[in-house]
Amino acid sequence: MGVNPEIVGKTYTGAPVYEVGREKIREFAEAVRSADPVHTDPEAARAQGYADVIAPPTFAIVVAQRCEGLVMADPDAGIDYSRLVHGEQRFTHHRPIVAGDRLTSVAHVDDARVMAGNGRVVTRVEITDAAGEPVTTAVSMVLIRAEDEK
Amino acid sequence: MKFGEVAAGDELPPADITVTRADLIRYAGASGDFNVIHWNDRVATSVGLPGVIAHGMYTMALGGRYVSDWAGGAGAVVEYGVRFTNLVPVPDDDSGATVTFSGKVTKTDEAASTVTVTLTALAGGQKVLGKAIAVVRLP
Repeated sequence: MGVNPEIVGKTYTGAPVYEVGREKIREFAEAVRSADPVHTDPEAARAQGYADVIAPPTFAIVVAQRCEGLVMADPDAGIDYSRLVHGEQRFTHHRPIVAGDRLTSVAHVDDARVMAGNGRVVTRVEITDAAGEPVTTAVSMVLIRAEDEK
Repeated sequence: MKFGEVAAGDELPPADITVTRADLIRYAGASGDFNVIHWNDRVATSVGLPGVIAHGMYTMALGGRYVSDWAGGAGAVVEYGVRFTNLVPVPDDDSGATVTFSGKVTKTDEAASTVTVTLTALAGGQKVLGKAIAVVRLP
């Protein structure tokens, strides 16, 4: 069945607050092989006007996917996680993610439909800081492949 | 890079980035995405894949780094989106896979001081990212 279209419009608020640490940012930056000192050296980051080291542009996926996981695990959604394929990803950064941030995420299901047996789900995770100010909007489209015919 | 130094039509210097199994393991740990298809050939082939494939998000991250290196800072990226169009199989050897990134400035917005870059990422002769577009704010 792919996905239950009735979950469109649902919101998921259960993700715990994500505390952004310097070492986590360093680890992620090293994994994506970014040598920009703004990820590892607080002084270099401050010289560019940031309060502390900042995360690479796709780090927000770490935060967003915990929240999206609530959608995928929702029994109402009827999603078979093992058949899931990431189709598209988009980030809008209202500001960079900075070490010391305490981030809250809310996932919104913007679209969920079944086409030729395949499910297609669009989720939008709004990430905000401790003051409630917007940090990142992360939009994902995932496909849930139809069962093999045999 | 300064806003005034960039015009629509400008091309970013292409870059080859290699991806090995060790890179995927490291990215899995850093991102928390431990999907078995990114490190285990037995499982990857059992679900119809050619073998272990790179995380789409890893390829996207390398593209983000490619653009932010050009722009002169990771904080410059205000928007970044991609479509995952093809797999990047990563063989179990020392050379791994090569992803070739190139990019072109497709728009400049003086009021916002932003530049739109359209990226191309090729692996094994195939486009692995589609609609790969980044918007960077330049001083």
